[in-house]
Amino acid sequence: MTEPLLRVRDLKTYFVTEQGSGTARAVDGVSFDVYPGETLGVVGESGCGKTVTSLSILRLIPEPPGHIRPGSFIEFEGRNLLTLAPKELRAVRGNRIAMIFQEPMTSLNPVFTVGRQIAEAAIVHQRLSRKAARARAIEMLTLVGIPDPGERVDHYPHQMSGGMRQRVMIAMALICHPQLLIADEPTTALDVTIQAQILELLDRLQRELGMAVMLITHDLGVVAGSADRVVVMYAGQVVEQAPTTELFARPLHPYTEGLLASVPRLDTRVSQVRGRLHSIPGQVPAATAWPAGCRFHPRCPYAWDRCAMEEPPLLDSAGGEAGTHTVRCWLLTEPQRRERHA
Amino acid sequence: MTVLTWLAIAGAVAVALVATAEVRRHAAPRAAGRRFLRHPTAAAGVFILVFFVTTALAAPLVAPYAPADQVDPVHLQNQPPSLRFPLGTDVYSRDVWTRLVYGARLSLGIGTIAMLVAVTVGAGVGAAAGYWRGGVDALLMRSVDVGLAMPRMFVLLMAVALWERLPLALLVLLIGLTGWFGTSRLVRAEVLGLREREFVAAARAAGAGPTRVIFRHVLPNAAAPIIVSAALGIGNVILLEAGLSYLGLGVPSPLPSWGSIIYDGQPYIATAPWTAGFPGLAIALVVLALNAVGDGLRDALDPRKEPP
Repeated sequence: MTEPLLRVRDLKTYFVTEQGSGTARAVDGVSFDVYPGETLGVVGESGCGKTVTSLSILRLIPEPPGHIRPGSFIEFEGRNLLTLAPKELRAVRGNRIAMIFQEPMTSLNPVFTVGRQIAEAAIVHQRLSRKAARARAIEMLTLVGIPDPGERVDHYPHQMSGGMRQRVMIAMALICHPQLLIADEPTTALDVTIQAQILELLDRLQRELGMAVMLITHDLGVVAGSADRVVVMYAGQVVEQAPTTELFARPLHPYTEGLLASVPRLDTRVSQVRGRLHSIPGQVPAATAWPAGCRFHPRCPYAWDRCAMEEPPLLDSAGGEAGTHTVRCWLLTEPQRRERHA
Repeated sequence: MTVLTWLAIAGAVAVALVATAEVRRHAAPRAAGRRFLRHPTAAAGVFILVFFVTTALAAPLVAPYAPADQVDPVHLQNQPPSLRFPLGTDVYSRDVWTRLVYGARLSLGIGTIAMLVAVTVGAGVGAAAGYWRGGVDALLMRSVDVGLAMPRMFVLLMAVALWERLPLALLVLLIGLTGWFGTSRLVRAEVLGLREREFVAAARAAGAGPTRVIFRHVLPNAAAPIIVSAALGIGNVILLEAGLSYLGLGVPSPLPSWGSIIYDGQPYIATAPWTAGFPGLAIALVVLALNAVGDGLRDALDPRKEPP
């Protein structure tokens, strides 16, 4: 296999809470790789650490209260991003790694035209002149499929719809042709039809520009449609990692299993199954007090005493190429328990 | 008074009327403009301000004499208003209207420059405190507390006492440097909110450094409260300068500023009330106008009143 473009190892991002109720371990030992040109889906419910992981990569965590623990390691194109000087880091941001945010309504500066905002990264990184930057902005607007780009470039964000603004955000992120695009819930705030258009656009641009995409979402449908590989996060940790088709066909972690069962399906009528849509019982615990042992055990239908005592490592599933499908669950050592439960 | 001066005064009124009408025309189609005009006094305030600024700029045309010109020190002392001296003359037989017009240059000029100094320093300090928070914030804001705790007038009196003859430029600078505390608090509060906004994170993710983020993304979004506090602050500075000059400590006579004209006229307030009365009226009018415009701007620029 080729060298990974981004290598995250044992990333720990903690937040000191104000009330003194302890340290929130929002991201607690996350490791994964992103390979050139691929789409990596990162899924998990709210509060599992997806967004903090993505912000940590660009070191956009507000400090204080947050900090990335020593021992964490984020390597991009052979350099550890965590030890870069602020100036070198800024040369990576928006240039080699770009990011798009969830809320297209609030991620654009209301007092500047979209053209000037799209051009910003090009002005910062490539020292383009105003005029050249404007021409590039129009080019980018065309690329992301906005009609009348020559006119739209001078519009203000409030003159655009949510879907258009998200296209503008994408244009902004891609103007310097980054190697890696981090898309944090890029479609969550949009209508379903617009969601599909935006995902299609991202897919097309990824092929055309040959960049890698880290797609952060809580929507398994989005992952199924776009991602090559998936990382499932729970309680600040990676609990399962697998190629998309493998994950959907053979989910091994009970949390992944629960997530997949919670998606309403068109091919089976809800009433036929058990009368109700499945849901995972309980809630994500507070980040200041993760449960001991396996962090999922209080909500896990298979949990037994070992799960409450010992934290499982990421175990390699027997199937497939070594290391492609890893799961953080003791069930892998005692698979008979799963069958007994069923 | 020649026909030309009367024409020039009429011209200043015309300019003010046209400017007010222009403001109305531009404001009416916009929601923010309508909020501005809903203030009954805002348009009147614009008229008064434009009138005084125009006369100040065109002082040699509008004023019939030179500001220190003693027309006839023997026969024309403390003359009441007449066609020849529309606002009367003072004890040295100088035309009060002339001095008022030239005084507008100084009073409005000092107000504007001192306020620019104050707003620049205040916005800079407030933005730095709000953006970096932590130790920077604590240090800057405690200094602001100290600054606010000192009565401004006494700081200025002390400076006047320390220098034998305080140069005017230094006085203006001092007024500005003692006037930024409120603005910095206002800007800091605004920046504290703005720095958490997603577009700021987006700008940082695009590789923008702190200077770029502050000047391009944070401060332009805090422009509304800065503009309002500047408009309201000029009035304050004019009053302060008038107060100092009235005490004989500000603008040195015979230079006319509104405060120093009152100072010159106050011994004769009973026999020749016009000498101190008209500059007092001018101060009152301009300060009221600035407050009216400031209030109107505050309503017009308040984003909370923007329909979603």
